[in-house]
Amino acid sequence: MSVGWIVAIVLGIGAVAYFFAAQRARAQREGIDRSKQVPHSLPTYHGWLAFILAAIPALLFFLVFSLLSNALIQNRISNEVATHIGDPAAASLSIGIVHNVATALGKLGLSGDNLPGSYAALRDAASSSGVALADSGEDYMVPLAAGVNADSNGYRFIGQGLALLFSLAGAVFAYSRIRIRLRARNQVERVVLWSLLGASTVAILTTVGIVLSMLGETIHFFSDVNPLTFFFGTVWDPRFADAGSGATNGQFGLIPLLAGTLYIALVSMLFAVPVGLMAAVYMGEYASNRVRSTVKPLLELLAGIPTIVYGIFAVVTLGPFFRDLSAALAGGFAFIQAQSVFTAGIVMGVMLIPVVSSLSDDVITAVPRAMRDGSLALGATRSETIRKVILPAALPGIVGALLLTASRAIGETMIVVLAAGVAARLSVNPFEAMTTITVKIVNQLTGDLEFNSPQTLVAFALGLTLFALTLGMNVYALYIVRKYREQYE
Amino acid sequence: MTDAALPHAAAETAAPVRRDFGLKRRHAAEARFRFYGIAAITIGLAFLAILLISIFSKGYTAFVQTSITVPVEFSAQIIDKDDKRATDPKVLVSANYPVIARNALAKALGVDPADKKAMKEISNFVSDGSRSLLRDIVASDPSVIGTTRNVTLLAAADIDSANKGQIDLNVPEAKRKVSDQQLAWLNQLKAAGQVSTPFNWGLLTFGASSRPETAGLGVALVGSLYMMAIVLLCALPIGVAASIYLEEFAKKNRFTDFIEVNINNLAAVPSIVYGLLGLAVFINFFGMPRSAPLVGGFVLTLMTLPTIIIATRAALRSVPPSIRSAALGIGASKMQMVFDHVLPLATPGILTGTIIGLARALGETAPLLLIGMVAFVADRPATPLDPATALPVQIYMWANEAERAFVERTSGAIIVLLVFLALMNLAAILLRRRFERRW
Repeated sequence: MSVGWIVAIVLGIGAVAYFFAAQRARAQREGIDRSKQVPHSLPTYHGWLAFILAAIPALLFFLVFSLLSNALIQNRISNEVATHIGDPAAASLSIGIVHNVATALGKLGLSGDNLPGSYAALRDAASSSGVALADSGEDYMVPLAAGVNADSNGYRFIGQGLALLFSLAGAVFAYSRIRIRLRARNQVERVVLWSLLGASTVAILTTVGIVLSMLGETIHFFSDVNPLTFFFGTVWDPRFADAGSGATNGQFGLIPLLAGTLYIALVSMLFAVPVGLMAAVYMGEYASNRVRSTVKPLLELLAGIPTIVYGIFAVVTLGPFFRDLSAALAGGFAFIQAQSVFTAGIVMGVMLIPVVSSLSDDVITAVPRAMRDGSLALGATRSETIRKVILPAALPGIVGALLLTASRAIGETMIVVLAAGVAARLSVNPFEAMTTITVKIVNQLTGDLEFNSPQTLVAFALGLTLFALTLGMNVYALYIVRKYREQYE
Repeated sequence: MTDAALPHAAAETAAPVRRDFGLKRRHAAEARFRFYGIAAITIGLAFLAILLISIFSKGYTAFVQTSITVPVEFSAQIIDKDDKRATDPKVLVSANYPVIARNALAKALGVDPADKKAMKEISNFVSDGSRSLLRDIVASDPSVIGTTRNVTLLAAADIDSANKGQIDLNVPEAKRKVSDQQLAWLNQLKAAGQVSTPFNWGLLTFGASSRPETAGLGVALVGSLYMMAIVLLCALPIGVAASIYLEEFAKKNRFTDFIEVNINNLAAVPSIVYGLLGLAVFINFFGMPRSAPLVGGFVLTLMTLPTIIIATRAALRSVPPSIRSAALGIGASKMQMVFDHVLPLATPGILTGTIIGLARALGETAPLLLIGMVAFVADRPATPLDPATALPVQIYMWANEAERAFVERTSGAIIVLLVFLALMNLAAILLRRRFERRW
């Protein structure tokens, strides 16, 4: 039986338990004298309690048991593989093959008695029925895989049986416990409260997952590459090594990527901040209601367009346009390359306009009315009021908004993947191609790669750097914004 | 008011002091400032317009496909020379269908089948996909063998481009993908009324293909659909439950603060980091399959959760306290108050936020690249565990193809994506208009 069936059966038992428990509670309510005894909970709560007792412990047990038995099997495989192979780096490959062999045996319906004598024999049998196996397997793997299959079948049998037993026991227990004064509602509500709490910890788990997973791989990476050469190296040349050779020929210098990232973010901010800020100011202070109600949603459309579309726009339309324009200006020599910091920055800037404008709009409208009125009453023009009163008052909030925007620019991927180029170099010319951290993460991880080489692990080190960078900016920005808000509210 | 003030005032009326120093300059500055504002808005709107126009002008032609209807002779001589199909059905699958298509076209054009050069150009005239088209016709009904029927074949991508007028005829023939001979044939077929340009359903149904005319979004649409379903099933319950806890039950303590800080930060984490998380946790640690919509759905769920939580909390907060007090006042427990009164009233807001979160997830590309959804998948996935691509990833993959016809398809695919996003946002707006209550 598959996992899905077990879950379905357990839920089915729960549903039956719900029905009978509610029935029984209803029957008990009928036969009492309300002047002496008042029932505590509605029948449906008794039903839900029965459902909970029937389903949740059984499913939890099944989950834990599955994880444990999986760990036991993994343990067995790695122990046995280790007795055959000394080198731990090669062991992970062999462990993978053992898993594949086990799957193949399962598909072919082979077990203890009718095992093929050698790996080669199994491979032939498997390929004739459409299951592909690696060349580099060895004979000891076949009985091992068969043993693993037997183990996992045994574990599965025990686990599923016990889960069903738990479920039935829970249902019977809940049914037998039903009394008039049983505080079923409180118990159900307590379970619901705990599950609400559990749902809200998903946010924490995600953060922990991000940090731990990337930290683990990064530490793995730093065991091959010196962190100093990573953080301060000026040459990015990872050189894809042959699979499994583990050779570290490449140079992993972060500096050119970081420079490209920050440069493109800078260009995009130089474009987006004046445009976005002025658009927000105009719409807040000058525009009539009618203009505002048409222009604002239109500008917000820019925020709803997926970044891949911006990337294509940069590659197909804007990049060639800038190239041809520069060629026309400079008399034939295109000094703006089709993929360049400039193009990527402008397109990213367009994407950021609505972000800047809606964030600064929030900040500007938070400035108290009295300050604006006071300034206007003293005879200042509207632009003077904005420049000399409102913007200075809103400055901390605007800085926070800009930091948030900058962190978006730094983490943006698809636009730079398509528009900025892949050449990692240090340059100050914005019209040449540069590359970013995010581009290199994508480059290093697309395609079929050996997962333990520094060439792929470096992506996690880059990801962690990116995460730390954006996290720092976000935390600082939220801190500024929050601090600023408290002044006026 | 004292008498002493009077002479002073009188003096002022006698000789008015100039008070408009620099007023002109200040008004000019005001006008300039206004102009900057208008310019900023114009720039933003201009880019929006250029972007949409460039996409639509390049992409709308992808929605029609040049097709050629010719009488095709299903010659038994070619398909099943030795008459073995009763015993060995495989011959019907492996028969030389391109030759049949080529011969049919040669006949329609009056080309001598012995002319090798012309025949080669003819076989480049129709899509290689004709092979599977004819094969499917024969396989579904073997009785067509030996008869002649009108079959509509897809034109090859270059002929399609030529028919849509996208090929510059001033370029010398040697540098063009379409020869003068082929153009003449095209005109000949057009004159005979055998060329049609029907709506390109293939764009929405075909899977991946290296030939533009048989490449479509079928796999990507199914993959995206699976992922959206998974996001909806996972993110909505978890997000709503988390919001209810934080908004209604959580005590103000460090743990709650910690959760809130986490949610705010997750909302701003670059999407590619979620891709790394998915690769490291779901694929490497839990051993889920690469390229599967299931993993993609989980990754997008984690990415969408903060959006949904923030929207749901706002919706819960907007339910007035009087509702809560009334529910508690007639004896509901706090849990009953939340689930029976507050939550139903907050539903429109929650759904609006969810749709907007889904729309964001639908357009997301970067994390999907890392979990291997950039795959060449020709067959539509049957379950969320099978390899698939997603709509934006398919756009990315087509953007990297060199052939001209893929440029058109890339823009066409973007239009499809934008239409879906527009529909979702429209649904969100309508939902808000229809059900939102102002208390």
